[in-house]
Amino acid sequence: MARSVSTQRKLITTVFAWAIGIAIFFPILWTILTSFKTEAAAIADPPVWFNFDWTVENYATVQERSNYFRHFMNSMIISGGSTLLGLIIAVPAAWSMAFVPAKRTKDVLMWMLSTKMLPPVGVLVPIYLLFRDLGLLDTRIGLVIVLTLINLPIIVWMLYTYFKEIPGEILEAARMDGASLRSEIIHVLTPMAIPGMASTVLLNIILAWNEAFWTLNLTAAKAAPLTAFIASYSSPEGLFYAKLSAASTMAIAPILIMGWFSQKQLVRGLTFGAVK
Amino acid sequence: MNTTFRALMGACALAALATGATSETITVATVNNGDMIRMQGLMDDFYAKHPDIEVEWVTLEENVLRQRVTQDVATKGGQFDVMTIGTYEVPIWGERGWLVSLNDLPESYDIDDLLPAIRDGLTVEGELYAAPFYGESSMVMYRTDLMEKAGLEMPGAPTWDFIKEAAAAMTDKDNEVYGICLRGKAGWGENMAFLTAMSNSFGAKWFDMDWKPQFDSEEWATTLNTYLDLMNNFGPPGASGNGFNENLALFQTGKCGMWIDATVAASFVTNPNDSQVADSVGFAQAPDNGLGPRGNWLWAWNLGIPAGTQKVDAAKAFVEWATSKDYTALVASKEGWANVPPGTRQSLYENPEYQSVPFAKMTLESILSADPKNPTVDEVPYVGVQFVAIPEFQGIGTAVGQQFSAALAGQMSAEQALDNAQKLTEREMMKAGYIK
Repeated sequence: MARSVSTQRKLITTVFAWAIGIAIFFPILWTILTSFKTEAAAIADPPVWFNFDWTVENYATVQERSNYFRHFMNSMIISGGSTLLGLIIAVPAAWSMAFVPAKRTKDVLMWMLSTKMLPPVGVLVPIYLLFRDLGLLDTRIGLVIVLTLINLPIIVWMLYTYFKEIPGEILEAARMDGASLRSEIIHVLTPMAIPGMASTVLLNIILAWNEAFWTLNLTAAKAAPLTAFIASYSSPEGLFYAKLSAASTMAIAPILIMGWFSQKQLVRGLTFGAVK
Repeated sequence: MNTTFRALMGACALAALATGATSETITVATVNNGDMIRMQGLMDDFYAKHPDIEVEWVTLEENVLRQRVTQDVATKGGQFDVMTIGTYEVPIWGERGWLVSLNDLPESYDIDDLLPAIRDGLTVEGELYAAPFYGESSMVMYRTDLMEKAGLEMPGAPTWDFIKEAAAAMTDKDNEVYGICLRGKAGWGENMAFLTAMSNSFGAKWFDMDWKPQFDSEEWATTLNTYLDLMNNFGPPGASGNGFNENLALFQTGKCGMWIDATVAASFVTNPNDSQVADSVGFAQAPDNGLGPRGNWLWAWNLGIPAGTQKVDAAKAFVEWATSKDYTALVASKEGWANVPPGTRQSLYENPEYQSVPFAKMTLESILSADPKNPTVDEVPYVGVQFVAIPEFQGIGTAVGQQFSAALAGQMSAEQALDNAQKLTEREMMKAGYIK
């Protein structure tokens, strides 16, 4: 009897989990399907699911009209660069907060996080003017800096949480063996925090890749990443859903593939320390 | 070998220097519409004429574009050398000195050939601040087969009473055919573009000569009640979320008897590749009430040069090319007359080949019947047919649009929506210092 209840519960949980999974994935699936339709089929009412004339014409049009590779490279450089720079700043910061906490460490952490609560548009004009005066408008380095600063609180917080899980005694032992601070961080702490750091890196790359407010506002032609590439396919007058879907699919494909291959790391890192 | 390598390196460096010295790159911010995209495909002609200028494109969705270029022009950010801007922005920006005057375009450009209604909207104190790339008005697009079935004949210039009669006769809700499709989505360029133009034909206006809002007038009440009556009885369900594209999709799939919207839609609904009703579409001028103004708007996408650019000459060369008569001829030769950007030049409409395009005549008549400087029955202190060319209008227009959209969704009565519109407009105009 107990077993049948358990099976029933398992079934319900599985169905529930699948339903949520499908609901979350559905918009992406629909975007991918729409990208293979004609513009007329994309707006058909009732919507067509699979029985339409599949076409790759939208991809050809997008390829012809836009320089996908340039946008892709900009996305790569901006998300990779901001993650690397963020990590260089965040590792020492998280180390000091985790292993040498001061009286106000928690407050500092909260204060860092509070900067994420400010609506970005509130600081758009000052940052725009700063970028203009420093010649950083429409440059990759400008975006690397701004995205690093935006995601830094999250990186510090995540690394701080992982570092807290590492027993301080191990670092102490390393110190007693004569390890300098530098080698303590590089040779002892970092290898132990690899899963946590990997998930931090992955999450940060995803956040930077998808960031649309600053990347749209601070770029024009040269440094525009894939978010700007997608934005160029929305149109107020004329049908554009199929082409927009093709552009969106091309823009999300790299990050989707990366997420797919690294999902194990990502989930492991994100749930690290969640269950004790 | 070493010497050869060095010589090669030197030659490359020289070539790079020479290229840097002779070519100039301009960045053009533009909107994603068919005419603009077509131009990007015809750039070889420009490069042949101006080998020393390179053009980089930044294509954006209309609202994003508007925000980006406004930010850039106001802060003199210098990211763009040519901007695609609407008739709403040009008078405001021109007055503030944010745009370069185009009065010195060469004689061959033939400024006098620009349609007066369009040119007037782009001129501030005698200075032309942007060159029109394509212009549009609004008109009635209707299904000739359904009209015939209803036993009616659409006049060239119908009245609102006729529109109501036809909408009632064409509606067949059981078969998902709705007599009329109109914009309902909230926004100053969405439902308010339509409703403001419609209100002009009912004798209503946004402000009196003292800038006092006029939503408490009898004329606005009649306008909104007529609109709600038409849409509630003969419109499609969920119309409060419908903008241009949604209505286009409905019309193309045979679900609308009539659609009053931008003249540019004519080329879409008559295109057999996308439209199921391509061979049974007729056109008529926007309706009126016999008071003078018709319910049509006037809009143009224009190319302007921001005052902050360092590349004025190259930018002017591009603007001149893109809005010239030669460009029109180029499009016609490559893609046919139906694809020429409409609504900017008199000479286009005098061209016998263009006259054979089915919607050409009606587009011109609609554009000519709109007067941005005298848009209403009574005198008003503002310029603009479907908008009021003051910086505060975007915010106010959208807020009022939300009230009217809510009334269409049945969330409030017309009286309540008008009352809210009056109060919020008064508050904003007071804040902005127009009224005390």
